[in-house]
Amino acid sequence: MRYLPKSDSERRQMLDACGFSSAEELFAHLPEAVRLNRPLALDPGISEYEIVDYFKRRAAENANGYASFLGAGVYNHYRPVLVDTVVSRGEFLTSYTPYQAEISQGTLTAIFEFQTMLCQLTGMDVANASMYDGSTAVPEAAMMAVRATGKGRVLVARSVHPEYREVLRTYARNQGMPVEEFGYVAETGSIDLEDLERRMDPLTAAVIVQSPNFFGIVDQVKAAARIAHRHGALLVMVFTEAVSLGLLEPAAEADIVAGELQSFAISPCYGGPFAGIIATKERFIRQMPGRLVGQTTDSRGNRAFCLTLSTREQHIRREKATSNICTNQALIALMATVFMSVYGKRGLRELAEQNLAKAHYLAGRMKPQPRFTGPFFNEFVTRVDGRSPEDLNKALLKKKIIGGLPLGGHYPELKDCMLFCATEMSTREAMDSVASVLAVAKPQEVQA
Amino acid sequence: MITKVRPHLSQNEALLFERSSPGKKAYQLPELDVPAVDAAEALGAENVRVSIEGFPEVSEVEAIRHFTRLSTWNYAIDYGMYPLGSCTMKYNPRINELVARIEGLAWAHPYQPEALSQGCLQVMARVEAALAEITGMDAVTLQPAAGAHGELTGILLIRALLEKRGNPRKKILIPDSAHGTNPATAAIAGYAVENIKSSDTGALDVGALEQLVTGDVAALMVTNPNTLGVFEHNIIQAAEILHRRGALLYMDGANMNALVGIARPGDFGVDVMHLNLHKTFSTPHGGGGPGSGPVAVKKALEPFLPTPRLRRSGKKLAWDYKRKHSIGRVRAFYGNFGVLVRALAYILAHGGDGLRNATVDAVMNAVYIRKKLEPHFDLPYPSPNLHEVVFSDKRQEAHGVRTGDLAKRLIDYGFHPYTVSFPMIVHGALMIEPTETESKLELDQFIEAMISIAGEVESDPQMVKNAPYGTRTSRVDEVTAARKPVLRWKPQ
Repeated sequence: MRYLPKSDSERRQMLDACGFSSAEELFAHLPEAVRLNRPLALDPGISEYEIVDYFKRRAAENANGYASFLGAGVYNHYRPVLVDTVVSRGEFLTSYTPYQAEISQGTLTAIFEFQTMLCQLTGMDVANASMYDGSTAVPEAAMMAVRATGKGRVLVARSVHPEYREVLRTYARNQGMPVEEFGYVAETGSIDLEDLERRMDPLTAAVIVQSPNFFGIVDQVKAAARIAHRHGALLVMVFTEAVSLGLLEPAAEADIVAGELQSFAISPCYGGPFAGIIATKERFIRQMPGRLVGQTTDSRGNRAFCLTLSTREQHIRREKATSNICTNQALIALMATVFMSVYGKRGLRELAEQNLAKAHYLAGRMKPQPRFTGPFFNEFVTRVDGRSPEDLNKALLKKKIIGGLPLGGHYPELKDCMLFCATEMSTREAMDSVASVLAVAKPQEVQA
Repeated sequence: MITKVRPHLSQNEALLFERSSPGKKAYQLPELDVPAVDAAEALGAENVRVSIEGFPEVSEVEAIRHFTRLSTWNYAIDYGMYPLGSCTMKYNPRINELVARIEGLAWAHPYQPEALSQGCLQVMARVEAALAEITGMDAVTLQPAAGAHGELTGILLIRALLEKRGNPRKKILIPDSAHGTNPATAAIAGYAVENIKSSDTGALDVGALEQLVTGDVAALMVTNPNTLGVFEHNIIQAAEILHRRGALLYMDGANMNALVGIARPGDFGVDVMHLNLHKTFSTPHGGGGPGSGPVAVKKALEPFLPTPRLRRSGKKLAWDYKRKHSIGRVRAFYGNFGVLVRALAYILAHGGDGLRNATVDAVMNAVYIRKKLEPHFDLPYPSPNLHEVVFSDKRQEAHGVRTGDLAKRLIDYGFHPYTVSFPMIVHGALMIEPTETESKLELDQFIEAMISIAGEVESDPQMVKNAPYGTRTSRVDEVTAARKPVLRWKPQ
């Protein structure tokens, strides 16, 4: 087998040195009852060429050559070539978690830069070295708020990504952490501040708001924070579209930011691997989950970096740790770091402005106008008149276009609505096609 | 004598922020083909930021040099052996990287129509089936993002089953040799943790287990082989004790590299377990992730698996969201699909026999290292080991040199350190796992290095204590880093 770097004669020598007459003897001490006395029922090993062929055939069974207007937490952005060039280097790809600082300065330095850039983008004092993804960062942020406030209840906006809320409920169920939801204003698509105020109580640890929210609306984080703070709760701001940070004023009023960095050069990859992030204010550092890199010096006095504040973590604190997270998403965080370096201060803003322009162009071409009146970034909800979102998507597929996400599954009150996303990758031509299919009023005309 | 390495020049490199200057750029966007939109008008002036204060501006050449220079400061599997116990740092085949980047897979959106995602679903179904066969379990979920996430999923499944039976119970039993994630996970799943002291041989103490498994105990979390690299020979008996009293057996699959093709957890009483695809199945560690932590279960736990579940309908595959007993989602979408592609490429390359041969070589390598180092280092537990071996620093401690010092000296010899001070049941542990992908030459060089260091401890202990010497960064002051945390760059 090509991944096993020994000849049979070397194996013989090694077994001889150990006093074994055959390799099977290595397992002779295992109880008979536990042993698998047959070969694994898996196909025989195949060559590189056959492996490539297998996966190319699988890829051909997926969508190929379609323009897509799906967003909803996973965005189609251009991936600068430098990203793959850097993360393909074996020194990054095949290195371990940087516990041994003296021979891990590459990874540690890059993470320190990552933490810094995430602070600059979010307006927070400190950011961790990554979480699994945005969806798991949300319950981790909620648990952090519970520890920081000594309270147990969590209020989450219905305009937070529906799957993120499901993950939050799974985590919360067994922790004495009741999760309740508050609504959005039917006209604007923005959080319903009155509903939030009504549902606040002295036991609430966290209010969780997403911006831009699941409907693409830039939401009222500041107002939500005022309400949360008045009741002694923390405000957790969630984001799924990181490119928006290039243009939007950071939510300095938030206490914790929990987000997803997929937009930063991480391919959609059918939903993962992505990289989540938790950032927060200085006073909550010791409640943070996940790894942190800090600056220090080596014994010669040179600047050096190392993993730090690990007394929060499971390998030291065991059942009293702030989280059970161990492996995170280091290489994916590195992709985001390279992406941020390539675009830089002006590029990220320019990119965000292009997204804004494209989405507003698409929305402007559509009739009717967006379902919600709140300000939107690169996603918006549109109502489909005279037929179902599913039928509309079928019509679009015929034009090699994957349309928007029908919302009825998660929001029964929006069953005639769908969520469209446009990014810098959306061409005017494809957007015009979408608008023209949408403009056809009756389903039979679509099929014609 | 140090034979494997010699010093070479390494480039200094400033932080991105320090080499940034206004106006430099490494990007170019296409000309906008739609009218520009005034951000302040569209979003409200109060919602638009002035700029991203402090964000870098560098050129493309500087960006690539920056990250290339940084990369050379890392050790990596591509340089040499990583004898990290319980981490299974094996070779990461490059074909895995290539297939994971095929456009139809890498650019599949998780919400694109199922009819246009059949390739992804086929890959996932094949991974599920292969892992079920390898573990001897009945069903597999691929949703968990890493090992600890799999643990949480597994314990939530146990809780759901016990709740359905009428009582979720209160405690999880965990041996004192366990990974820290086990107790941390139990706590997040709402359970109290009770530690079981290992027996004199370092094994699971079945006598103690007999006493501890009361009606309050939901499960035992056990790593097998345990963190000494020793197979828990009483595992079937332990499972019987638990099952007799309505409790379940959870297996941490971190050490599955010792068992693939040899023994299957499903055949020795395990009810639920996780796998670490970034260990056993060769997906790259990437400096700390991404991983993937599939969970395999017996039939009784299947109804509780996270939504959605993959289901076959005719010739097609589809996602099933209507599962009333499910614990719910543990993450958005379906799991770390890109990692699954890599793991499947590995499984396809090996095939059934190849996977077993890999296990045999992994165990042989660890046994060989043990045999060669036993005369030089204290071996606290003499039971036969599988894929890893754990020594203690007892002999070196007599000279004032601890396991952490030996590990740092190993760096000078051109190796990554072994796992230091774990498991905690061994005083000053040196935990060594070579994996199957090391050549005899590399193993012999490692053994020579360890023996040479043992000699240095006797002749010049202070020299060993100040190691490493050959790295561009000398011993790092971790104490100051924690005392005065500097967690981001700021302008002077």
